Amino acid sequence: MKVTIDNKEIIANNGETILEAAKRAGINIPTLCHHPKLSNYGGCRVCMVEIKGMNRFVASCTTPVADNIVVETNTTNIRQSRKTVLELILSDHPNDCMTCDKTGDCTLQDLAYEYGVKENPYIGAMRQYPTEDKNPYIIRDFSKCILCAKCTRVCNEIRGVGAIDIMKRGFYAKVAMPFDEVLDCEFCGNCVDVCPVGSLTEKIAKGKGRTWETRKVDTICAYCGVGCGITLHIKDNTVIKVTPTEKESVNNGSLCVKGKFAYDFINSADRLKKPLIKKDGKFVEATWDEAIDYTVKRLKEIKEKHGSDSIGGLSSARCTNEDNYLFQKFMRAGIGTNNVDHCARY
Amino acid sequence: MTKNETMTNKPKIILGMGTCGVAAGAKALLEKVEGYIKEKKIDAEIVHVGCIGMCHEEPLLDIVMPKRTRVIYGKVTADIVSKIIHSHVQQDKPEKEHVLSQMLPDDGANPYPGIPYYEEMPFNRKQQRIVLKNCGFINPLSIDEYIARDGYESARKVLLSMKPEEVIDVVKRSGLRGRGGAGFPTGSKWEFCRKAMGDKKYLICNADEGDPGAFMDRSVLEGDPHSVLEGMIIAGYAIGANEGYIYVRAEYPLAVKHLKLAVPHARENGLLGKNILGTGFDFDIELKQGAGAFVCGEETALIASIEGERGMPRSKPPFPANKGLWGKPTNINNVETFANVPQIILKGAEWYANFGTEKSRGTKVFALTGKINRTGLIEVPMGISLKEIVFDIGGGISDGKAFKAVQTGGPSGGCIPSEIIDTPVEYETLAAVGAIMGSGGMVVMDNASCMVEMARFFLNFTTDESCGKCVPCRIGTKRLLEILERIIAGKAKGNEMDILVELGSTVKAASLCGLGQTAPNPVLSMMRYFKDEYEEHIKDKSCRAGACTALSRYIVSPDTCKMCGICVKGCPVDAISDGTKKSKKPAFIHDDKCIRCGICFEKCPFDVIYTKGAKKAVHAKEEALGEVKA
Repeated sequence: MKVTIDNKEIIANNGETILEAAKRAGINIPTLCHHPKLSNYGGCRVCMVEIKGMNRFVASCTTPVADNIVVETNTTNIRQSRKTVLELILSDHPNDCMTCDKTGDCTLQDLAYEYGVKENPYIGAMRQYPTEDKNPYIIRDFSKCILCAKCTRVCNEIRGVGAIDIMKRGFYAKVAMPFDEVLDCEFCGNCVDVCPVGSLTEKIAKGKGRTWETRKVDTICAYCGVGCGITLHIKDNTVIKVTPTEKESVNNGSLCVKGKFAYDFINSADRLKKPLIKKDGKFVEATWDEAIDYTVKRLKEIKEKHGSDSIGGLSSARCTNEDNYLFQKFMRAGIGTNNVDHCARY
Repeated sequence: MTKNETMTNKPKIILGMGTCGVAAGAKALLEKVEGYIKEKKIDAEIVHVGCIGMCHEEPLLDIVMPKRTRVIYGKVTADIVSKIIHSHVQQDKPEKEHVLSQMLPDDGANPYPGIPYYEEMPFNRKQQRIVLKNCGFINPLSIDEYIARDGYESARKVLLSMKPEEVIDVVKRSGLRGRGGAGFPTGSKWEFCRKAMGDKKYLICNADEGDPGAFMDRSVLEGDPHSVLEGMIIAGYAIGANEGYIYVRAEYPLAVKHLKLAVPHARENGLLGKNILGTGFDFDIELKQGAGAFVCGEETALIASIEGERGMPRSKPPFPANKGLWGKPTNINNVETFANVPQIILKGAEWYANFGTEKSRGTKVFALTGKINRTGLIEVPMGISLKEIVFDIGGGISDGKAFKAVQTGGPSGGCIPSEIIDTPVEYETLAAVGAIMGSGGMVVMDNASCMVEMARFFLNFTTDESCGKCVPCRIGTKRLLEILERIIAGKAKGNEMDILVELGSTVKAASLCGLGQTAPNPVLSMMRYFKDEYEEHIKDKSCRAGACTALSRYIVSPDTCKMCGICVKGCPVDAISDGTKKSKKPAFIHDDKCIRCGICFEKCPFDVIYTKGAKKAVHAKEEALGEVKA
C-alpha cells in the first residue's frame, strides 16, 4: 500500500507500523520504549507523529500503516510535543549525567540534546525509591526509570521468566519483583542490556569506565557450546563489561548469567595459564609439550598394566560439539573404552 | 404487571433496598417493619426493590393496598414507620404527614384523594423512563417479576423471528449511541464485530463505572439486572458471540450479588446456556470482578484485566471489534446501552428514535448530585436543557445560594456555566461547549464552589488513577495537579495559566488512552469559563468562593466583638490574643500564627469573625455581615 511520510511516497507492507515503514525509507523517528524484538508498547510517546485528518498525535510504533495516509514526523508541533514529553520525563529524573555510568550510551540523554531540553519547567515531586543493589549483579536505580517497560517485556516475552512487572499506579508506578522483593531471578541481565537509561546497570562495571573510553571487541562466548555472540567492552586492556553483540548471532541478543556477568576470571590472579605437573607433592609449571608427553606416557602405562576399562574420561559442556565428539572418539578408539561421560551426559 | 400491582390481594410494603437506600438506613427500617407486622399479626408482604431515583427522599417506603394505588413515603425513619403502617395498612388511610405521592391509577386502581401523583411531581414530570422502567418497581431478584413486565419478550422475538442483520438494522435505525460516554453508534459497533473475521467472538458488558459521583449503572444492575442480561443475549446473537462477560467492579457488592443470582435464574429458565429457547443459539455469561482501577473502564485495559494481565490500555488500532479479548473480535458496550436494547426491539426503532434529537436519540440516565435540592437518579429525553434538569427536576440550588456551573462527564468532562445553561443535552452540543455527555455524572455547583478547587479535585482523581503506562498522563497529570495545588496554596508565580493550557493540550494530544486524553478537560474548561477566578487566585491570591483556606484570612470585627473569649479558647494554636472581658480589648487574630482551621469562625456566637481575601465573598456568614468590614 502507498503511504506518504514527510512528503516521501513509500510502498508499505500490510501490517507494518508507521515507524517500520519510515525506518525502511530512511526517516528516523526517535523512540524510547520501542525495541524491534519486543511487542509494541506505545508508552513513551516520543515517537508520536501526525496523521493528516486526525486531531490527535499517534504513536508511530504501534499504529499500523493504512492506505494513502499522509504522515508528518517532524513538524514544529510534533517537535514541541516531543520536547514537552522529554521535559516531563526529565522533571522526574535525577540530573546527574556527570556521574551516571550510562552517560554517552543513554537514549534519554541523546534526545534531550537533540531537542534542546535544558531547564525543567515542571518542578514538582520526584519518586524517592531507594536504589536496590542487594542482588549480586544488577544495580536498580528506580529514580532513573522511565517506565518504558523494555525490561519487563524482555523478561516476559523473550526470556519467558516473568520475574518482574510493573506495580503501583500512575506517577508512582515501579518495576518490581512480586511483593517488591530484592531481585532474585536468573540474572540473565537482558533487562540491563535493553534499558535505555541508567536505571539498570551492571554492578561489576560500576565506575570502571565510560562508553567512549572503551574499545568494543566482538567475540564468541567461551562458556559453552552454544557460541553466543558477545561484545567485550575493553578499557586499558581489561574487560569492564560484556553485552550481547548487536550483529546477527545465534543468541539473537540474549545472554545468560555466565556470559553476561562471569568474566572476572579473565584478569584473575588465580587463573591457570600454563599446565602444572605435580612433582614431589607440589604443582610445578610445565610447557604444553611436557604436559602432553607426561599424559600420554601415564595413560599408556595404566592401560598396559590395568587394561583400557580402568580409564575413564569426563568432558565438559563448555567445549564445543566438535571438541566433545573428538574426545569420545579418542576415548573409544584411542584408549579403547566406553567409559566416557560429560557434565551434561553424552 | 403494572406500577400499582392491583393484582395483589394482600397489602404490600415495598422498601427501596438499593445501595442508596441501605446507606440511608433502609436495613434498620426493614427490621422495624418486620418486627411490627409480626407483633401486630398483620398479613402483609414485604418486597425489596432497587432504587427508584429519589435519593433526596431516602429511605423510601411504598405501600400498596389491594385495589388501591401505590403510595410512596419519603425519609421514613424507624420511629415513624409503625405510625405509617398502622394508619395505612391497618386502616387504609395514608399517613398524610410523611406521604410523598401516589402512582397514577393506570390500571383501575382506586386513588386516594388529596395525594399528588408521582408522575406529576416536579422531579418526575420531565423524566422519561426507558432504562429505569423497572428500577424501584420490581423485585430485582425475581425473574418472574421481570418477565411479568414484558421481560425477555425481546430476546424471544429476536431469537425466534429475526436474523442477526435485522437486529443490527433495528438498533442502527433507533439511533442508539454508546452510553458509556463517547457516544459511538451502537448498531455500527455491532456491525463491525459481526463482519470481523474470526471463529470465536466475545461480548463484554462494561460495568466498571468509576466517575466520582456517578451511580447510573450500579442502580440498573441492582434494580433491574435482567434488562442487562437480555440486552446482552440480543447483542450476542447479533454479533455472533456465544460467550459474554460482565466486568463489574468489586466495590459494587450488591450489584455483584444480584448479578450472581440473576445469571443462574436466567439459565434455569432456558434464557442462557445451550440451545436458548430451543432455537439452537448458545450464549452464556460470566462475571469478572474488577479490582478497583478506574482505568479498567477503558475498553482495552478492561480486556487486559479479564485476560489476567495488569489493567493497562493497549494502543488502538487494532480495535476490539477486530482484535479484542484473547485476540478475538470483541464487542464492548456499557450497562445502560445494553439496558436500552430490549425496549428498542420490543417497541421498535421508530418509537425509540422519537425521543431525543436528530443526532442524539432516546434518553440518558444521569446521577444528579451536588448543591441541589433534589438529588437523585434521573432519566431524561436527550435534548432537554441543562436548565430544566437543574431547576425543574433538581429543584434549583440548595441553601438559597446561586447557581454557578454544572459539571458533566466527571473527571473526563467539563463544566457549563450559568450563561449557557440552556445548552441541550446532546453529544455534539455538550462537546462544543467544552464538556462531554460522559457516562452520566452531573455535579451541580453553587457560588461557594471554587473552580480552581474543583479542577484540582478532578485532576487529583485522574492522577491517582493513571495507570502509569504513558508519559503525558503519568507525569503530565501530576504536574498539572501540582500547578493547581500551588495556585490554591497561594504560591502561584504568574505564568501558571499559560503552562496549564500548554501542558494540558500536550497531555490531551499525546496520551495513549481516553483517560489521559480527557484528563485535562476539567481544568481547561473551567479556565475557559472562569478565567477571572483563576486570575484572582494567581495574581490577587484570593478565592472569591472562600473555599481555598490558604487564600483567606480570618479577621475579627473589632467594633462588634463582644469579648466573650470563646474564639480564644477554641483556637488550637493560640493565634488569638485579647478578646476576653479581662483584656477589655476585642479579639485579634495573628495571621502569621493562624492555620486557617476555621474553628474561631465556626464557634463565634455573634458572627463577628469573617474571612478576608474572598474579594467578592459569598460566604453565608460574611454576606450577613455585609460589605462593611471587607
